[in-house]
Amino acid sequence: MQRIIKNNQVIDETWHLLPKETTFDEISNCDDLIVPLVMWREHGHALKARDGGLGVWLDSDEEAEELGEDVVHFQVIALNFPAFTDGRSYSNARLLRDRYGYKGELRAIGDVLRDQLFYLHRCGFDAFAIRADKDPYEALEGLKDFSVTYQSSTDEPMPLFRRR
Amino acid sequence: MYVYDEYDQRIIEDRVKQFRDQTRRYLAGELSEEEFRPLRLQNGLYVQRFAPMLRVAVPYGQLTSRQARMMAKIARDYDKGYAHISTRQNVQFNWPALEDIPDILEELATVQMHAIQTSGNCLRNVTTDQFAGVAADELIDSRPWCEIVRQWTTFHPEFAYLPRKFKIAINGSTSDRAAIEVHDIGLEPVLNEAGDLGFRVLVGGGLGRTPVIGAFINEFLPWQDLLSYLEAILRVYNRYGRRDNKYKARIKILVKALTPEVFAERVEAEMVHLRGGSNTLTEAEVQRIAKHFVDPDYKALPDFGAELAELDKQHPGFARWRTRNTLAHKKPGYVAVTLSLKPTGVAPGDVTDKQWDAIADMADRYSFGQLRTSHEQNIILADVEENRLFAMWGELRENGFATPNIGLLTDMICCPGGDFCSLANAKSIPIAESIQRRFEDLDYLFDIGELDLNISGCMNACGHHHVGHIGILGVDKKGAEFYQVSLGGSASRDASLGKILGPSFAQDAMPDVIEKLIDVYVEKRNEDERFIDTYQRIGIDPFKERVYAANH
Repeated sequence: MQRIIKNNQVIDETWHLLPKETTFDEISNCDDLIVPLVMWREHGHALKARDGGLGVWLDSDEEAEELGEDVVHFQVIALNFPAFTDGRSYSNARLLRDRYGYKGELRAIGDVLRDQLFYLHRCGFDAFAIRADKDPYEALEGLKDFSVTYQSSTDEPMPLFRRR
Repeated sequence: MYVYDEYDQRIIEDRVKQFRDQTRRYLAGELSEEEFRPLRLQNGLYVQRFAPMLRVAVPYGQLTSRQARMMAKIARDYDKGYAHISTRQNVQFNWPALEDIPDILEELATVQMHAIQTSGNCLRNVTTDQFAGVAADELIDSRPWCEIVRQWTTFHPEFAYLPRKFKIAINGSTSDRAAIEVHDIGLEPVLNEAGDLGFRVLVGGGLGRTPVIGAFINEFLPWQDLLSYLEAILRVYNRYGRRDNKYKARIKILVKALTPEVFAERVEAEMVHLRGGSNTLTEAEVQRIAKHFVDPDYKALPDFGAELAELDKQHPGFARWRTRNTLAHKKPGYVAVTLSLKPTGVAPGDVTDKQWDAIADMADRYSFGQLRTSHEQNIILADVEENRLFAMWGELRENGFATPNIGLLTDMICCPGGDFCSLANAKSIPIAESIQRRFEDLDYLFDIGELDLNISGCMNACGHHHVGHIGILGVDKKGAEFYQVSLGGSASRDASLGKILGPSFAQDAMPDVIEKLIDVYVEKRNEDERFIDTYQRIGIDPFKERVYAANH
């Protein structure tokens, strides 16, 4: 079973992440599912009526605006990093949190590595599915890289100049 | 000079620890080459032709004598006894060992220095006018604003993995010595009718493979909104800049594709949400930063005009040097002195450890312990008393800094080129040297007058060849090194990009080519016309005809 980092701890994964090509007919009623954005677009009503938990995932070229006020329907929103150098999901994360007020789990998936965790956490991610070949316990250390930050961000709404 | 408080210090010390661990994991095989690459680049570390190159940040070109001595120490202890001033006002070490980098960073941190974001696809070092704070034509001191932007850019969590590198320049004067129009973002001060300070904001300028003069998208941004507006621009770029082709990934391509008007609308749409938020700058913060840049303890000095004129008469060399290498100061009795790092036979911008120490000593004795680097790759002591100029000139000559060529043909901007850089198609330093030798005669050089000659060893354009009055670009022609010449570029106000003269030349032809171009100028110029003025009046054809005539 995959393990993920959530709220600074390594825990067992209980959600199923569905690939983009999954069809609506294949999915179970009771499992906790993270569905691709396209499925949410097409079957939103039916997905809300299921018994299992509901999450959605966005690729880095999909926009937070597509969810907009709908964020209230999700327990998990996962944002993909096709490569850790693709920084678009940082902006999506901030929009989901700061603009649309999303309060549920915000999870980084894909090429997620220790050396980006500090920035990811600052942008509102609270869960990290570390790439399978890396040790999540070791990756936890990445959350402690810096003890001071200059900018306002999702984790700290006041910039340092309003705190120093 | 901005002085770190405990927060600033902790941030760079945390960085040293972080990078030490990243280097350890890389050397232990826990981080792959691919995983380590962006991390080391964002810490200024390139893997070069012979050894790694470490680029140390000199935020907006400001250094203290203590920091200059640290440059000397690092050059001596970890390198081959010299360092290089880059065209972004930074300091580059060409020969450190990878294993030593964490120790070098630790030493830098003891003098409030670092290598943060001096490379990589992130927010780079902010640059400005090397005469900020002392120039006679200054509207505002740009340095406090540079420091405010520096802190905002440092480890910005949302913008660490941009499509491509991102460079911001701030000008504070009537003239533009910061080349803002060829930056991703250029800022300059403007006052509205009520007398309030704001910024004109330019986006989408840049050199590289696709040189572009940027477009102004906001004619008056209230200073309070500066950081919010930067955040809005960067968010639009981070989300919509191209990531499929690194040659099309700079913001200039996005601005062009959308048009500046539409880009500005997108930024404004973000601003609707950001305006008035916690990033809104406060008077208190601007004051806190600005107090680090108040005037030093200037004396009330009389006018030394008569004495200097007398010295000029007795010492023509001094007169010559004073004309070229000193600049009028806002404070009577003071001048800003530029130390030329372009004597013939030295790679432009190179400084040895002994020279760093000598510069530090002179800064202490002549200029309140402070110095600046310029994007033209020279060093400036900005606050020198005029009545001490003659003594100082003597010392500068002893140390090799008194070549009276600032702004002249031999004061070339030049990248490290194929001798050091693994990207380069061709060498650039030997070209610079061969041209310098041809124009060594000072009377001739002075007669030619102001001329920007810029040399890049490849189309990445680190030597800013597009904006040289004469630009030289190293190209690869069937495995041999050739040089393409362009004319008419300018990085000043109303910047322009050079036009290519024609087919490229072999290395040994270059001094002749430049001489022919200069001959045309000397023959055709009207009184007081600079090379660029004559070029703009007569166009490229007379130059083309002369240079290529011999080949037919």
